[in-house]
Amino acid sequence: MNWRDFRIWGLAPAWVIMALTLVLPIGIVVLVSLSIRGAYGGFDWGLSFDSYAKILFEEDWDGNLAFTPQYLAIIGRTLWLAGLTTLICAALALPAAYVIAQAPARWKAVLVYLVTLPFWVSMIVRVYAWIIILGNDGVIEKTLRGLGLVADMDSLLFTNGAMLTGLVYSYIPLMILPVFASIEKLDPALIEASHDLYGSRWVTARRVILPLTLPGLMAGAVLVFVPCLGAVLEPILLGGGKVMLMGNLIQTQFGGGRNWPFGAAIAVTLMGLVMIFLMLNALRARREVSHA
Amino acid sequence: MRDVRRYPGARIFTALFFLWLYLPILVVIAYSFNENRLASVWTGFSLRWYESALHNRALLDAVQISLTVAGIATAIATTVALMAALVLVRGRDVRLRRLSETVVNLPLLLPEIVLAVAVLILFSQIGLQNGLLKLVIAHSAFCIPFAFLPIRARLQGMEPDFEEAAQDLYASPWVTFRRVTLPLIAPGVFAGAMLAFVISMDDFITSNLLNSGGSTTLPVYIFGLIKQGTTPELNAISTLIVLGSLILATTALVLTFRNPNRA
Repeated sequence: MNWRDFRIWGLAPAWVIMALTLVLPIGIVVLVSLSIRGAYGGFDWGLSFDSYAKILFEEDWDGNLAFTPQYLAIIGRTLWLAGLTTLICAALALPAAYVIAQAPARWKAVLVYLVTLPFWVSMIVRVYAWIIILGNDGVIEKTLRGLGLVADMDSLLFTNGAMLTGLVYSYIPLMILPVFASIEKLDPALIEASHDLYGSRWVTARRVILPLTLPGLMAGAVLVFVPCLGAVLEPILLGGGKVMLMGNLIQTQFGGGRNWPFGAAIAVTLMGLVMIFLMLNALRARREVSHA
Repeated sequence: MRDVRRYPGARIFTALFFLWLYLPILVVIAYSFNENRLASVWTGFSLRWYESALHNRALLDAVQISLTVAGIATAIATTVALMAALVLVRGRDVRLRRLSETVVNLPLLLPEIVLAVAVLILFSQIGLQNGLLKLVIAHSAFCIPFAFLPIRARLQGMEPDFEEAAQDLYASPWVTFRRVTLPLIAPGVFAGAMLAFVISMDDFITSNLLNSGGSTTLPVYIFGLIKQGTTPELNAISTLIVLGSLILATTALVLTFRNPNRA
């Protein structure tokens, strides 16, 4: 091996950084999830599955394990909200990306720029904006009261709906861009051909446009779903900490130094869910390629 | 004749979509000019909250820390990403090419909270105390793929002809890189650096978990303010951040998509 070879040392920094800051630390997280909770916070090395058992069972006064759905509910809610966010993003992105792709060339660049622009604006500011809108005495409440539609209303903040709004708003550009890229590649002649064969607009949308933009939709789904599973800001600020997701559950276990092994166990579970999702997606992509 | 490619309502839908995209940001900007101490009660137009924001010592400190971390992390991430992209796109017979590409993009494959927890435990195990150094290390790592992707795209879109011509004319590999490759891929490098910078400036999850006294970044500081309740000063700070992001984004886009023939 030639040490001057750029093929080796050109890649070396990337490998070293990723190995030291990602691969090794994630290995440590797995070990911590199997360790024993320390008496004064932190942890003591060991081999125990207590932290994983804690996700499903609660120890009662006699030391017996009783099934507890509390953490399973959080995992279920996280999967459900991330999935729903991905679906809503896809439903919004498809028509918007289609219209943008149809626009004249000069407009198209401007519209794509306008779609990406909010994404450059700080995430925390964008989430904060929804607090002003949904909160007590917020923009929506004031508008409805001004119109005389309601006299008094419950806060819209700190609900699943508020979190969902925040998540969709945060991640929609990540769905639009890949969908737009695949709609742009779509040959307009195929749409016209479908109409010539007496396909209505909706049949064309369902049978021609949708299948041909599926690669873009799937790419967008990965980009939206994965960060949604680990969302922290939205559940804390828009869910008010009342409605927990896996992201802020992990964060609280480490934030106050409360229970590191349990936090690590949840983090490993989250990592496992993401890996299963990515593997299923890769399998589906490969099957599609072999069919084509 | 009706255009069969048009869908009724799709344009109105898109117009409403753009309204929804921008309304929240506009609301924050509008509220920042409110004179009243209570953010939700409008009494009149005023710039006083901008003045108080610009004199807020803690805010300025947070901005300085964010800029320092983002500046160093961007330089490191862009250099590492550029080297990796050159090898992965231009190198012949690179061993473990596929695996290396996955390794470079690893931070994109996991939710950030998992990575944040991982570096937190690592730093506590090796006893690293310096808050700023912790942030720089973590930010450099997760910024690498964001710098890498635009650089790789630019390299892939460029024929190797010019580089081969330089080599034929006995230019050393370094001179070829310095005088031919780098000027040609400069827009990609710039876009990558810009993206890395914004991702670092914007980061909340990792910076919050690693936060210790003296290393509070701008988003972590704002998070603290939000938890205390909405104030007009917070709106003014947010508006200034929006303004900064828009200037950055526009510069990046203009420079990236400027006509390459004129450059």
